[in-house]
Amino acid sequence: MSESGRPLHVAVVGSGPSGFYAAEALLRSNLPFQVDMLERLPVPFGLVRSGVAPDHPKLKEVIRIYDRVARTPGFRFFGNVAVGDAVTVNELRGIYHGLIFACGAQTDRRMGIPGEDLPGSHTATEFVGWFNGHPDFRDRTFDLSREVAVIVGQGNVAADLCRILAKPVDELRTTDITEHALDALATSRVREIHVIGRRGPAQARFTPRELRELGEISDCLTLADSRDLQLNAESETELADPDNINSAKNCEMFRGFAANRETRCGRTLRFHFHLSPAAVLGEERVEGLRLERTRLRGPPFAQTTQPAGESMTLDCGLVFRSIGYRGVPIPGLPFDDRRGTIPHVAGRVNDGSMPLPGVYVTGWIKRGPSGVIGTNRADSVETVESLLADVPRLRAEEKPGGDALEELLTRRGVRAVDYRQWLSIDEAEIRRGRPRGKPREKFTRVRDMLACVDVAEDRQIREQDLRSSIDR
Amino acid sequence: MTHIVTDNCRLCRFTDCVTVCPVECFHADEERSYIDPEVCIDCGACVPVCPVKAIYDAADMPEDLDRWVAVNAERSAILPRVTAKQPELPTAAARRAELGY
Repeated sequence: MSESGRPLHVAVVGSGPSGFYAAEALLRSNLPFQVDMLERLPVPFGLVRSGVAPDHPKLKEVIRIYDRVARTPGFRFFGNVAVGDAVTVNELRGIYHGLIFACGAQTDRRMGIPGEDLPGSHTATEFVGWFNGHPDFRDRTFDLSREVAVIVGQGNVAADLCRILAKPVDELRTTDITEHALDALATSRVREIHVIGRRGPAQARFTPRELRELGEISDCLTLADSRDLQLNAESETELADPDNINSAKNCEMFRGFAANRETRCGRTLRFHFHLSPAAVLGEERVEGLRLERTRLRGPPFAQTTQPAGESMTLDCGLVFRSIGYRGVPIPGLPFDDRRGTIPHVAGRVNDGSMPLPGVYVTGWIKRGPSGVIGTNRADSVETVESLLADVPRLRAEEKPGGDALEELLTRRGVRAVDYRQWLSIDEAEIRRGRPRGKPREKFTRVRDMLACVDVAEDRQIREQDLRSSIDR
Repeated sequence: MTHIVTDNCRLCRFTDCVTVCPVECFHADEERSYIDPEVCIDCGACVPVCPVKAIYDAADMPEDLDRWVAVNAERSAILPRVTAKQPELPTAAARRAELGY
């Protein structure tokens, strides 16, 4: 084989949007890449599967694109393979010319206040993972027997939480929300949902589309306090910026919510601004949240909060914090603890003191938890461009590639799930959903996912046997 | 609902939108780009990256731009897909200045 025809082996760690866009960019280059995607779970697609809310099916259509990438020659999926556990970063560096970490931001920022860990105080990640059937969170329980729930944070994840808590459960029945969540939500007594922002309405992070939905939930009254919506000069400057059109639209919608008359509705959703959580209150469990009023200080687009010297208590039975995600350190790689990301230069992992040749990052673990699904395409293209520029250096060393990984996993008794096997899980989930009128009923335990693969494999072997016996 | 490329794209065609579209729903001719409403998943990634604010969520587009809904559907159906950033049109800088961005 000629020098340029020798395969270049790259492992992508993580199978969410940023991982798939990185794989796509590699496979579209004119170089002979072999791309192996490693995923901790037996099932692919990261937050498209376990983050995007069940009542947003259109966003999940993006999976069609990832499926196309996965079927491209040169692509292999290794599900159920946890890097750091089944195989180390250093071992992967010996096997592959390049590694791209696309493992996202897997944990939540903390509020850093007393009572944060009381029963009844949860992270958005737990709740979202629970209703979306992520195996790590499927056994969490949420006490929905109290009337008042508080969500701290004003971004799109907070919006997802609001809808799932506020929507009539019957509207969720035909989504791919998991059965255990439907059962719990059906008996929910949550009637009041409060959404708390430390800063003002002009700084809320919702995209207008998500905020608009919050004003359109059936049998739910959406409210804001008009006194909260008065803006300081700095915020007015922010809204006047043509690049900040989303915030201007948000403020217009908040004013609409403030104008809503208090009528009888099954549920209310109320936005609060300029309030900072000071303590989660309660002895055995959450009984309330102490909030301190804040005021904004600083120049436009860099306004921070200062205590305004006034506090209040909101009685509640549930607190969810949705104030941003953080990456988790990966043994063998540098980590920026303040930002919760892996330090890099244009996608090349580098903390300034220790460049790691052949190791790259993309997506949330690279830029932090910002942007929407599509933002990851441009981000991954940037990373892959850096990798492509490094190819002459990367290919100087001979690397064995995925066959060596397979061998190592077999030796360790790690059972990897390939893409064809995922498709049999996919098919079974869709089949399970059908009688319930749902697009799918997810498997929510790793062992059930693996058992499903076994069943499909057995069936295949039986069919093959049958065919060959007929041939004879 | 879908997202819509409106008049501001004409004579610009910066195609920054294409770099963030998760589903490659953009199509283009010599003058401008269009969104295929059958493919767009309404993620909204393209809206903030357009240098001339040509793209709207159909749900909150000013009414005087309504005709662009049909134009996007018709043109995207017959034009080739654009999957990577293209050089902007030679008229782009002047048009951008004229639009005040």
